Amino acid sequence: MPIILDTVSYVYGENTPYRKEALKGINLTIKEGDFVGIIGHTGSGKSTLVQHLNGLLHPTTGTVTINGIDAALKTEEAKIMRHKVGMVFQYPEHQLFEETIAQDIAFGPKNLGLSDEEVNQRVHEAMDFVGLDYATYAERSPFQLSGGQMRRVAIAGVVALEPDYLILDEPSAGLDPFGREEIFQKIMELHEKKGITVVLVSHNMEDISRMANRLIVIDNGQIQLDGKPLDIFMNKRKELQAAGVDVPPVSKLVEYLRDRGLPVSQQVISVDDAVKAIEVAVKEVAHVK
Amino acid sequence: MLSNITIGQYFPGDSFLHRMDPRAKIIATMIFIVAIFLAETTLAYIVVGLFTIFTVALSRLPMRLVWNSIKPLWIIIVFTMVIHIFTTPGTMVWEMGFLHISEEGLRMGSFMAARLVFLIIFSSLLTYTTSPIRLTDGIEHLLNPFRRFGVPAHELAMMMTIALRFIPTSLEETDRIMKAQASRGADFTTGSIIKRAKNMVPLLVPLFISAFRRADELAVAMEARCYRGGHNRTRMRELTVTSYDYIGITGVISITLVLLVLKFFPVTF
Repeated sequence: MPIILDTVSYVYGENTPYRKEALKGINLTIKEGDFVGIIGHTGSGKSTLVQHLNGLLHPTTGTVTINGIDAALKTEEAKIMRHKVGMVFQYPEHQLFEETIAQDIAFGPKNLGLSDEEVNQRVHEAMDFVGLDYATYAERSPFQLSGGQMRRVAIAGVVALEPDYLILDEPSAGLDPFGREEIFQKIMELHEKKGITVVLVSHNMEDISRMANRLIVIDNGQIQLDGKPLDIFMNKRKELQAAGVDVPPVSKLVEYLRDRGLPVSQQVISVDDAVKAIEVAVKEVAHVK
Repeated sequence: MLSNITIGQYFPGDSFLHRMDPRAKIIATMIFIVAIFLAETTLAYIVVGLFTIFTVALSRLPMRLVWNSIKPLWIIIVFTMVIHIFTTPGTMVWEMGFLHISEEGLRMGSFMAARLVFLIIFSSLLTYTTSPIRLTDGIEHLLNPFRRFGVPAHELAMMMTIALRFIPTSLEETDRIMKAQASRGADFTTGSIIKRAKNMVPLLVPLFISAFRRADELAVAMEARCYRGGHNRTRMRELTVTSYDYIGITGVISITLVLLVLKFFPVTF
């Protein structure tokens, strides 16, 4: 069951001089099983957009429906639907508050009204999932951890809700490359093993291009581009740059090599792919010569 | 969720009030607040009311904002009014058991409520039309003469500047954490008072932590820029007194004089 946005507009600070139209008539369907990347420069409206997906913001005009139910409703049914959409905010480690890591992760499941056993079970699974050993970390204070570990605890807190959809707003911001890699691996695992629909917001092209099977480019509160990442990188470079985002360095390199006469395949997204493609191309050229 | 908080919020504009010097505005506000307490008769209240309305019109602020400044305090206003209505002795108009309403009580009650409303409106006009920076600059200047008595004028002003500066940041942070916890199923709006207070823990703990972290970072940042108080600091925008200020102050003083006259030579109908 999809999340459907129907001509959604959102205005901040209506009737003040600070009035800002953050979203302008967005139509969007997020299908189950997708890995959607949303990209746009700062202030493009991408964070506002994702907050509509689980009913944290209600559209000024238009509707958001989750599995066919209006997310703006106050009924029990709508509440349950909203819980099916997990949201990881930017710098999620700032929301930790409990005395121990296990208690903090248990906060969400407890609010769902699960039994103690079930809560415990989910805490175990979530910690296991983000790679924090239960025996070592469960009783520690979350505030003694490193930034990357804190973030993993925070993400575990959302994963423990067992959402059908997981929205992540810049999950790698402020992490070192190693921490970033780790977080993305976990997200990818969630998507592949548990079949969770992932919506990833980022302004890092590379991250999105590697993982997402659908890319949405937002600029000025409107969807500018929507399609397969590879397709957009190959064919829509001008539009991308107009929206204030650049293609990933790998695509740039391939483009550069092609311009210089090396017939590298354009079907590359990751660095590994590029290495192989360039190798093939170089061999081919050598062979011809 | 927090969009209706307006305390200390500046509303940009280019009206007469916006153009006045913050010092003049602070002084004018203080004079007028004293003047409000001079009002004792219906006529005097009408004068105060008209002047308040005139000033609001002069500020060219939307009426909604003015209303928003009174709204959070309506309990206090109603409470004051009720207390006065029921406790002032005089000619009874209504009685039931130990409750009694006198004519004087009704008069006092509505006067007190009006006084509070005018007071709130007028002082909120000051913060609505003055940017926080200018406001604290004004306060610092006005406090400067008291420095020789040990009043840390600059430090106080700096503290206020910082506090005001971080109100929007903290609100934003609150909003963000509220949303984050809400998406983990936290409920801040329903249940008994005790339950709601308990539910605030997931909000308050992260807020305090981030406030302390921010304070720490700011202190380091100021230290790194060699901040050491107000010694010989210059300003990008010097405060200047213009004709607006003379007109404004003169206006407030004349109203005060009118009220003084009304107090000591009451006009009877």
